[in-house]
Amino acid sequence: MTIKNLDNRVLGWVKAAVFLIALLPLAKLAAAAYADDLGANPIEKITHVTGYWALTFLLITLAVTPLRRLSGWLWLMRLRRMLGLFAFFYAVLHFSTYLVLDQFFDWDAIDKDIVKRPYITIGFSAFILLIPLALTSNDAMIQRLGGKRWRALHSLIYPCAIAGVVHFCWLVKKDLTRPFMFAALLGLLLGLRMAYRFINSRKRKQAVHEIKQKTA
Amino acid sequence: MKTYKPQAIPASEITPQALFNARRKFMQMAGGVSLAAIWPQALWAADKLAEVKKSAYSSAEELTPLKDVSRYNNFYEFGTSKDEPAINVGSLRTRPWTVTIEGEVKKPKVFDIDDLLKMAPLEERVYRLRCVEAWSMVVPWVGYSLAELIKRVEPTGNAKFVEFVSLHDPEQMPGQKAAVLEWPYREGLRLDEAMHPLTLLTLGLYGEVLPNQNGAPVRIVTPWKYGFKSAKSIVKIRFVEQQPVTSWMKAGPGEYGFYANVNPEVDHPRWSQAKERRIGEFLKRKTLMFNGYADEVAALYTGMDLKRNF
Repeated sequence: MTIKNLDNRVLGWVKAAVFLIALLPLAKLAAAAYADDLGANPIEKITHVTGYWALTFLLITLAVTPLRRLSGWLWLMRLRRMLGLFAFFYAVLHFSTYLVLDQFFDWDAIDKDIVKRPYITIGFSAFILLIPLALTSNDAMIQRLGGKRWRALHSLIYPCAIAGVVHFCWLVKKDLTRPFMFAALLGLLLGLRMAYRFINSRKRKQAVHEIKQKTA
Repeated sequence: MKTYKPQAIPASEITPQALFNARRKFMQMAGGVSLAAIWPQALWAADKLAEVKKSAYSSAEELTPLKDVSRYNNFYEFGTSKDEPAINVGSLRTRPWTVTIEGEVKKPKVFDIDDLLKMAPLEERVYRLRCVEAWSMVVPWVGYSLAELIKRVEPTGNAKFVEFVSLHDPEQMPGQKAAVLEWPYREGLRLDEAMHPLTLLTLGLYGEVLPNQNGAPVRIVTPWKYGFKSAKSIVKIRFVEQQPVTSWMKAGPGEYGFYANVNPEVDHPRWSQAKERRIGEFLKRKTLMFNGYADEVAALYTGMDLKRNF
């Protein structure tokens, strides 16, 4: 076993640790709620915290592939599904907070919000886009869809992450510092992908070129 | 001149004073105990204001606890999140403090804050506070009508608007090191709005001098307008002929207008203003026209298109 290739037993421990760490934000929120320490506007606080972590896990999920390439740690890929599902988990909490605590099933107001408020329209779209990804996050679905189609479907995470960041940018009253930090990180992660794609295609072309030269 | 008739409060709704005081005592104790545990001593050295009389302009609604009033603040001079002001206000020095009155007045003057505290009898006014972000509170402010001050400086015939300028000192107000808004914070009212008896020159809340995070040592409160209209930590009041351009108008001309009257029918471009969350309540409540002060102030805006003049 090397740091690049963990054996299954060690990976199991790593996964369990990541699982517990990923639950910490929720545990902290629950503890604060229990201690009546969510501040003057608890519903706003819960909305912000769950939204923040949904976006954060979305970006962490998107960071897996570039990190694997940079570090060579292949096992990172095997954490990706769990991280993506945690993004979905916090997004579900975030949406439920809006639905239940914030609007209390006021469907009329919710309809109007989704149609009339661009930041809600785009945030809601991001949430909807996450659902098929969560539903197909298992080996059976990968087999049923086939790797190629599954990957095509899961490239929905890009528009989803962009929509999530735009949602954040559009909702703040004035101070854009935090949304812009998310935007910059997302830009970096997407930029790295474009760079890799460029490098890969150059390599491929070079290889084709060499083969042609050899056969000529 | 129009005479002002306050809305009658039925006798049944008036809390007996003993009960009111007992509740306040409890709130203060409860607030004090929890705040004392986490606050540096300097911040908690609030001064009691003497001889505060109750005002007929008060609402009979349940007060928002002091700990929420003083720890959930929009005061960008000390940071843009709600909890930052209470943490960062230690650097604000409220003595010595003067308020300069200038512009279109016959008697321009520099008032010392301690003179302002004695200029007119202090009243406790329980007002609803509606934030443009769709939350609200009920706050027992202490002060007197701004009209008291305006009368003393005698505006000229050219005075059509009043501009309020807040302190600009990034050393005392660390939030000003970031250009979130154009500093100093500027707000303004039409002269008749400024003269309206509900417009309060505010020096305290909950019977004590203003906590720094609530705009110490002196601020304006206009209860029928969104909270950002009520300038805090004021150092200058200018009487002018042209409508001033306020900090929030510069920051978002399409989102924040000069009038900013609470209006459930005119939405913020990005969110609805039809409902609000009263701090401490679970379900949202309907937002009232002019924040429930329509009887008092609607006449100021007769014939005006409130959708255009948002």
